[in-house]
Amino acid sequence: MPQEHRLILKNIDRPGYTPSLESYGDYAVLRKALALGPKTLADGKTMSAPEQIRDEVKLSGLRGRGGAGFSCGLKWSFVDRKSGKPIYLICNADESEPGTFKDRQIIYKDPHQMIEGMIIACYANDVHLAYIYIRGEFTDGAKILNRALAEARAKNFLGKKILGSGYDLEIHVHRGAGAYICGEETGLIESLEGKRGYPRIKPPYFPAVLGLYMCPTIVNNVETLCAVKHIVEMGGAEFARLGTPNNTGTRIVCVSGHVRKPGYYEIQVGKATLRELIFDPAFGGGLPEGRNLKAIIPGGSSAKVFKAGEKVKLKKKSPDGKDTEQELDILDLPYDFDTIMAAGSMSGSGAVIVMDDSTDIVEALANISEFYAHESCGQCTPCREGSLWMSKALNRLTHGEGRKTDADYLLHIADNIPGGRTICAFGEACSWPVQSFVAKFKDEFIAKGGSGVALPRESKAEDLLKPELQQQS
Amino acid sequence: MSVAAPPVDTLTVKVDGVPIAVPKTMPDPITGKPIATTMIQACALAKVDVPHYCYHPKLPVAGNCRMCLVEFGTPTLGPDRKPVLNPDGTPKIARSPRPAIACATPISPGMEIYTSTPGVKQMREAVLEFLLINHPLDCPICDQAGECKLQEYSVDYGQSGSAFVEPKVHKPKHVDLGPRIVLDAERCILCTRCIRFTRDIAADDALGIINRGSYSELARYPGKKFDNNYTLNTVDICPVGALTSKDFRFQMRVWFLKETKSVCTSCATNCSIVIGSREEKVLRYEPRENDAVNSTWMCDHGRLNYKWINREDRLTEVRTRSGTRTWTAALKEISELLNKAEPGSVAIVASARQANEELWLLSKLAQKYNALTDSIARTGDGDRLLLNPDRNPNSTGARLIGIAPPVLGSNLLKIADAISSGRVKTLIVFGEDVTKHGIPVQRVENLIVSDILPNATTTAAHYLLPGSAHAEKRGTFTNVKGRVQKFMKAIEPKGDARPEWEFLHELVYNITGQNGFVTIEGLFNQMAREVPAFAGLTWAGLGDTGTQAKL
Repeated sequence: MPQEHRLILKNIDRPGYTPSLESYGDYAVLRKALALGPKTLADGKTMSAPEQIRDEVKLSGLRGRGGAGFSCGLKWSFVDRKSGKPIYLICNADESEPGTFKDRQIIYKDPHQMIEGMIIACYANDVHLAYIYIRGEFTDGAKILNRALAEARAKNFLGKKILGSGYDLEIHVHRGAGAYICGEETGLIESLEGKRGYPRIKPPYFPAVLGLYMCPTIVNNVETLCAVKHIVEMGGAEFARLGTPNNTGTRIVCVSGHVRKPGYYEIQVGKATLRELIFDPAFGGGLPEGRNLKAIIPGGSSAKVFKAGEKVKLKKKSPDGKDTEQELDILDLPYDFDTIMAAGSMSGSGAVIVMDDSTDIVEALANISEFYAHESCGQCTPCREGSLWMSKALNRLTHGEGRKTDADYLLHIADNIPGGRTICAFGEACSWPVQSFVAKFKDEFIAKGGSGVALPRESKAEDLLKPELQQQS
Repeated sequence: MSVAAPPVDTLTVKVDGVPIAVPKTMPDPITGKPIATTMIQACALAKVDVPHYCYHPKLPVAGNCRMCLVEFGTPTLGPDRKPVLNPDGTPKIARSPRPAIACATPISPGMEIYTSTPGVKQMREAVLEFLLINHPLDCPICDQAGECKLQEYSVDYGQSGSAFVEPKVHKPKHVDLGPRIVLDAERCILCTRCIRFTRDIAADDALGIINRGSYSELARYPGKKFDNNYTLNTVDICPVGALTSKDFRFQMRVWFLKETKSVCTSCATNCSIVIGSREEKVLRYEPRENDAVNSTWMCDHGRLNYKWINREDRLTEVRTRSGTRTWTAALKEISELLNKAEPGSVAIVASARQANEELWLLSKLAQKYNALTDSIARTGDGDRLLLNPDRNPNSTGARLIGIAPPVLGSNLLKIADAISSGRVKTLIVFGEDVTKHGIPVQRVENLIVSDILPNATTTAAHYLLPGSAHAEKRGTFTNVKGRVQKFMKAIEPKGDARPEWEFLHELVYNITGQNGFVTIEGLFNQMAREVPAFAGLTWAGLGDTGTQAKL
């Protein structure tokens, strides 16, 4: 029986546990990190304490929990440490991918865990000034974080010469102004600098080299930074024993939609299948009575949809080292980074959105598309124009004005946005749902379009000449 | 067989299969510091056009239009970090699965750039379709038509139809952005060239984008006026018809304009310009690229300072106090009069708005009579970009040729005294109203004046010779840094007016016997042989962007 493995969520929702330092404890892991001395290696070289922590994080196999699943150790290794410029660390607390509500639990209920992880990550990377960029809508979250930071400061977990060491660090909370795109790390950095949240072009503006104020910068997700604390506490090798190879540790999965027990569940990565996450009493607890599964979005609304009953062929290494192909129902996919990606989607931000057979799939996509049309920053052409175009077409389809050809029409638009044609991954985020929904439920889109009436028209000259419209002029 | 190693500061890439060695770095458009050469720069050096909207060689890169997406590959490296070779010995190229924007992607050794693959063509078609879906397509009433990148690229890289059937996004039209600029937000493709120019070149953070996604709109910052002295450059760099000039809009379809290379005369900077004219009327100035002078910009003050050329009260007749004369008669009479003049009895006030050649011819007359000479200073506020406090276009030329003293106007008092004392009996004035500068013109016996527009001095003249605006003749100016540039003739002189150098040449011949400069080319070359600062210069050698004089 799969069970939750609560590491990060350990204290969250525990009766009597409050987001205070009193509840949290004494930052024992930070003390441990600061107490580390230089280590002499077999080849006679010495490794500083921060280098050792970075090494542990690399050893842990930790992958970013924000959405891309990129190796945290590798990300840290890209940082330009020879530029002579300060290195900044930013905690990305701009959680806004539809279906995702994990970072908010940490921020609201156990902020000290995140702050301790953040201080350790800063220490490991020689950072002396760090920011928490928090989603604008988390107004209470910002207050809670500021209170927690004040508590930490009072105990000298922050500030000058932290806990008697030679290490100085200050952390500031910065509230976003309500833009999804500011969760994209370079859009976040621009916003933090006080500009419009326009993602930067890469090259040349890779944050590890030219980030905040054109200085080397690390941007890590809330959950990722919490994991850093646990890695330092238990050791990288121990952390890597959790989960599955290349998909180590635990992660919080947000199960939402048509399940009886929507919520956040921390699992060892890859140790529960989608079926278990949806149907097991320990997790989603099954669909409402009498309903059948229709579709699953496995990683937040930008991930490509899985259709119920869909089979995927996965390459697997058998014990004798040969590649074998295995056909699996999507429900039997272990929930990890690599398998979901191999199956053609992504585990993204860890949001599993479940849709049963009561769902109008065209309406569902119209809803998602409207979100992305609203949130496109408008900087680069394909996403700016394509996101709204798709949303308008879907709005037409759901309002009885569709055409049978609209399915292909939508694909024509969606195919011209992703694949490196845009500045940031928003191009993929807005077009992947359209591509996958239409491809996998094409008959429903055609049926919806077939019921349509005439297309809306722009006002024609003769309309403008009508007397009732001429009153104003 | 020996192959010469390329210089260390270049690297070789292939553009559409053709190898080319390009510099590893190019100067940053703003700071001038060397930065890695980009694909689009390499393609430009290889003479391969990569279509683009937001990229501008003189502005920071934005990378937002996505029109310059290209495909590329880089040499595959083996475990030893050395290139893996194909069986035929060529480096094995790993093609990138994703395209790259040529404007922002640095080149690397052995990189192959593909600008015309089916994939690249398809991406361009898609970008153009996206740009056009919400565009009003009002080319028939749009001033940009004929010089519009949306039109041009649609023909070159677009498709004839679009699948788009939705209602278009509507945005504000004829927005009064500033005293000289009108915005049509629906035509705007949000390339941000105007924003970057205004922020990074004009140092005036007046423009920005408001709203989000497809509803994004160019706007002035609330409470800020878009009225700096460089706003009209945004009209030039706007690739579409979003920003139009209040002065030029609806005046003329651009394909009817005759374009003439010339020089701005509004200050000592001498920005290179193109004069747009039609039917003997100047309709606009636009800056012309000249990195030694004005990059690709010019100020609004200079750009709009052309209307005097078309003024109704231009001087068009050769006149004496008793009435009109023919050129032949007038020049004969003036020559006779001057031939009788004693050395020291002639003074000349030239204008620092005259061409080098004209000033040099006047200096010939001055030498003959050992005349007192001067010119009139004209000053205003300068700025850090282009506008020079010296508002004469050719003060430097006047000094180098010797017709003006080092401080313009410092001889005027002497001239006035010499007239008052009766020593100077003949005063020759070109292009200046000397009555405003204390010269008692009523007391000279012979007042010979050439000008373009009437003033108190032209009214007092015994002989009035109508001259030509720079747009009506050829010649050269020397700017404040000693750059000698030529300007070409856009329109005919008004009425009987003639280029000053033509009749000055005749007078100089009649009086000194010197000949040899019947054309402006010959005249310039002769001058260059005699004026030390111009030594070695030739008319042909000036080219379109001029040559440096020795200061």
